[in-house]
Amino acid sequence: MNLTITQAKDKLQKKEMSSVELTKACLERIEKHNPMLNAFLTVTKEEALRQADAADKIYAQQGRTLSKSLLASKQGPTLNKPLLGIPIALKDLFVTKDIRTTAGSKVLEDYIPQYDGTVVKKLKDAGAVIVGKTNLDAWAHGSSGENSDFGATKNPYNIEFVPGGSSSGSPVAVASGMALAATGTDTGGSIRLPASFCNVVGLKPTYGRVSRYGVIAMASSLDSIGHFTKTVQDSALMLSVTEGKDAKDATTPARDVPDYSESLNKGVKGLKIGVPKEYFIDGLDPRIKDLTMKTIKNLETQGAEVTEVSLPHTEYAIAVYYIIQTAEVSSNLARYDGIRYGNPRSTFGDEAKRRIMLGTYVLSAGYYDAFYKKGMQVRTLIVDDFKKAFDPSADGVDVLITPASPTLPWKLGEKVNDPLKMYLSDIFTVHANLAGIPGLVVPAGFINDLPVGVQILGPHFSEEILFQVGQAIENMESVWKTTPKL
Amino acid sequence: MKYTPIIGLETHIELKTNSKMFCGCSAYYFGEKPNTHTCPVCLGLPGALPVPNKTAIEWCIKIALALNCQISKTSKFDRKNYFYPDLPKGYQVSQYDMPFGINGSLKLKVKNEKLKVEDAKTIRIRRVHMEEDTGKLIHDFANSNSQISSSNNKVSLIDFNRSGVPLVEIVTEPDFHTSSDVKEYLQMLQQTVRYLDVSNADMEKGEMRLEPNISLSTDVNILPNYKVEVKNINSFRFVERAIEYELKRHKELLEKRETPAQETRGWDESKGITVSQRIKEEANDYRYFPEPDIPPIIFTDEQIEGLRNQIPELPNVKAQRFVAEYDITEYDTEILTREKQSADYFEEAVKIGKEHNVSAKQIANVIINKKVDINVTLPAKLIEDIKKLSTVEEVDESEILLVIQQVLSEQEKAVNDYKSGRESVIMFLVGQVMRKLGKKVDAELVHEKLLSILK
Repeated sequence: MNLTITQAKDKLQKKEMSSVELTKACLERIEKHNPMLNAFLTVTKEEALRQADAADKIYAQQGRTLSKSLLASKQGPTLNKPLLGIPIALKDLFVTKDIRTTAGSKVLEDYIPQYDGTVVKKLKDAGAVIVGKTNLDAWAHGSSGENSDFGATKNPYNIEFVPGGSSSGSPVAVASGMALAATGTDTGGSIRLPASFCNVVGLKPTYGRVSRYGVIAMASSLDSIGHFTKTVQDSALMLSVTEGKDAKDATTPARDVPDYSESLNKGVKGLKIGVPKEYFIDGLDPRIKDLTMKTIKNLETQGAEVTEVSLPHTEYAIAVYYIIQTAEVSSNLARYDGIRYGNPRSTFGDEAKRRIMLGTYVLSAGYYDAFYKKGMQVRTLIVDDFKKAFDPSADGVDVLITPASPTLPWKLGEKVNDPLKMYLSDIFTVHANLAGIPGLVVPAGFINDLPVGVQILGPHFSEEILFQVGQAIENMESVWKTTPKL
Repeated sequence: MKYTPIIGLETHIELKTNSKMFCGCSAYYFGEKPNTHTCPVCLGLPGALPVPNKTAIEWCIKIALALNCQISKTSKFDRKNYFYPDLPKGYQVSQYDMPFGINGSLKLKVKNEKLKVEDAKTIRIRRVHMEEDTGKLIHDFANSNSQISSSNNKVSLIDFNRSGVPLVEIVTEPDFHTSSDVKEYLQMLQQTVRYLDVSNADMEKGEMRLEPNISLSTDVNILPNYKVEVKNINSFRFVERAIEYELKRHKELLEKRETPAQETRGWDESKGITVSQRIKEEANDYRYFPEPDIPPIIFTDEQIEGLRNQIPELPNVKAQRFVAEYDITEYDTEILTREKQSADYFEEAVKIGKEHNVSAKQIANVIINKKVDINVTLPAKLIEDIKKLSTVEEVDESEILLVIQQVLSEQEKAVNDYKSGRESVIMFLVGQVMRKLGKKVDAELVHEKLLSILK
């Protein structure tokens, strides 16, 4: 059970396997390993099998005429099902019609939405089989998955360790073969950090590239809707399904969906890779530093041009992030006022309460200018840092490569009583959210048998180049093929 | 001590767009079954996002332009955070520091005939901004069939049909010093939005809501250190009464050397008084911040000019033109321009009238005095009718006087009634004379003769 979407589609098309068989295999793994890993909060077994059966019927009708291309959409409406029969899991922040959606919080313990969000609808329309809803830090507040009101998710590579968060169940589901891909959200690193900790590919797309409609908001100006896959190719395929302008989300610009398959194997020859010196700091585990540098060196030998760059305002990012993010959180959580959704406000966990209080404070009269306004000004400086680094007219680079996390996965419970330490685990990821740029984390190796990923950052809407570089890294050692021993 | 009233106004106007401000639901809610015009967006469900209604924004800008505002080329929406059960998101999407329109003005009508138009009082408009309406709370008693139960049968229900209906807020500077000016301003504002065809501004339906801020000052140039906001006023008549009530109340307090409390009061229509609702110990902290779900809104000069060009001739300009162009009285003008439809009807009739030698004055008289239903009678038909009415037979004046004498002697009771004060009887007598004459004569002439004889 270490199939990629691409491999599985091939088998489905060749009738070597049915979607029902594939879905059953995933469900069996969930049944077997979920009690230990706690990756899923809700398993939609019956519905999944129904969807898989429907997919098999379409395969039977259309036989081998189904698209071999990454983008079946070009081949007419009936074939526009690039994920037909593929089992996919959804972070439990994605609202699903008639399926309980909790946001990992007891506040929404019994909440059953009336509608599907845009991404869920697109995945369903693409033929995906939804196997269930994955665990997360409540309201996506956290970096370890331990803030879930339904218990922590465990790292499949070593169950004493955290899988990273806030999207904790999704990468674990993919790494342990419970689903072939899973959705995530990334507000400060919630896709990239757990991808790094779980040996999977995690994409945080450009802000606005993927619709946020129907994804429970954490911090609206930072939330980016992405996914976890085993390979870069699968990540590109998922993005081609989920992205695009949405009439229901005013922050999604109209852009053409590129055919990522064309550029995926172009290699890195001639690409300019920047290494931001502010990311290689004292707090960075030297082993992670070495592994990251080794990866960069390898790309250099493949013909990439590597230069050191400076992003001078990097150090302010966490502070700015914890002003803007908490401000928006305090407003976004106001609707859970105890009148609707069935549970009183006392049901909120400590971390949500902490953020509501911080956010309310920074927006209060008399403090707004000192905190929120100042924060927004510094945010602009961080945006400018990246603009300068990527500016082609100023000899800028194509992408930046950085570590995804300053540390290896830590042990469960290690940081739960030290929120500030927990906040600092996002020290390499929040910048992309503040600037709205895309970030891709790909597996780079193992240290102490724990996975380590590297992060590729690029300018707005540069996912195509991120995939190109990610594929080059993946080609080096195929680290992703090392599956957890469960 | 002599006090001057200092009054400012906040007015909310509901736009009559087809759909709501941030979703596709119908914005028409009056009399509809509760919670039938709703969706995830206007219910504030988890994951839902607002997408602004372009027409509503354009209409808001038209209002701002009609009120001579500067239009902000870059604007944005903000979140106004507060808790109330009718506000499902826990915040209202509104505009804070970058409203669509600022620094406008509205000239009141000149009531004193000695004054010229240039002398008309000008009310400064501070801002015109766009926001969304809230749901509606209904406090009721559950009936026995109801599924709702509570210990005392009292229930509070929420109807979200109104949630998200586009709302324009217009804020004046504290430029009013009399309650009649407030009324005048409100009538003009209502007329203006009706001319723009962006709102019916029906106060009884809550499409136009007003909140005066009232205080008394010893010096017209000094804002007092308190103000009282009055809510729940649903007619122009009551706004005058509520203000007068407040001014009297403030004066009594001030004369006892007390400062009236800074508070929100509600107008109690049945008792004709205001009642304290909420004391503002300090300013509300709405924790405004830019709405991250809606990108900033940017207009080009061409777009703004395009909207400006769509604005029809507004009532005060039209009224001035009517007086100058058609030689009709200001009184008639006022009635004819009250609604755009009647003004248009009048002008259309004048155009046709010209070809048939029917004067604008005659047309105005007929429309106003005969209460012509402009939705039924086409302008061409009206001119035809006027022509028929005005073709009178030549009758010798002595014949008329003779018949009048006959009628007066026959109708002794009516004559006595008239003399004892029932002046309306005269119309009866006119009718009798006309009948006896048996000819089509000018009733006005008969009326005049009768009056002079009865004197």
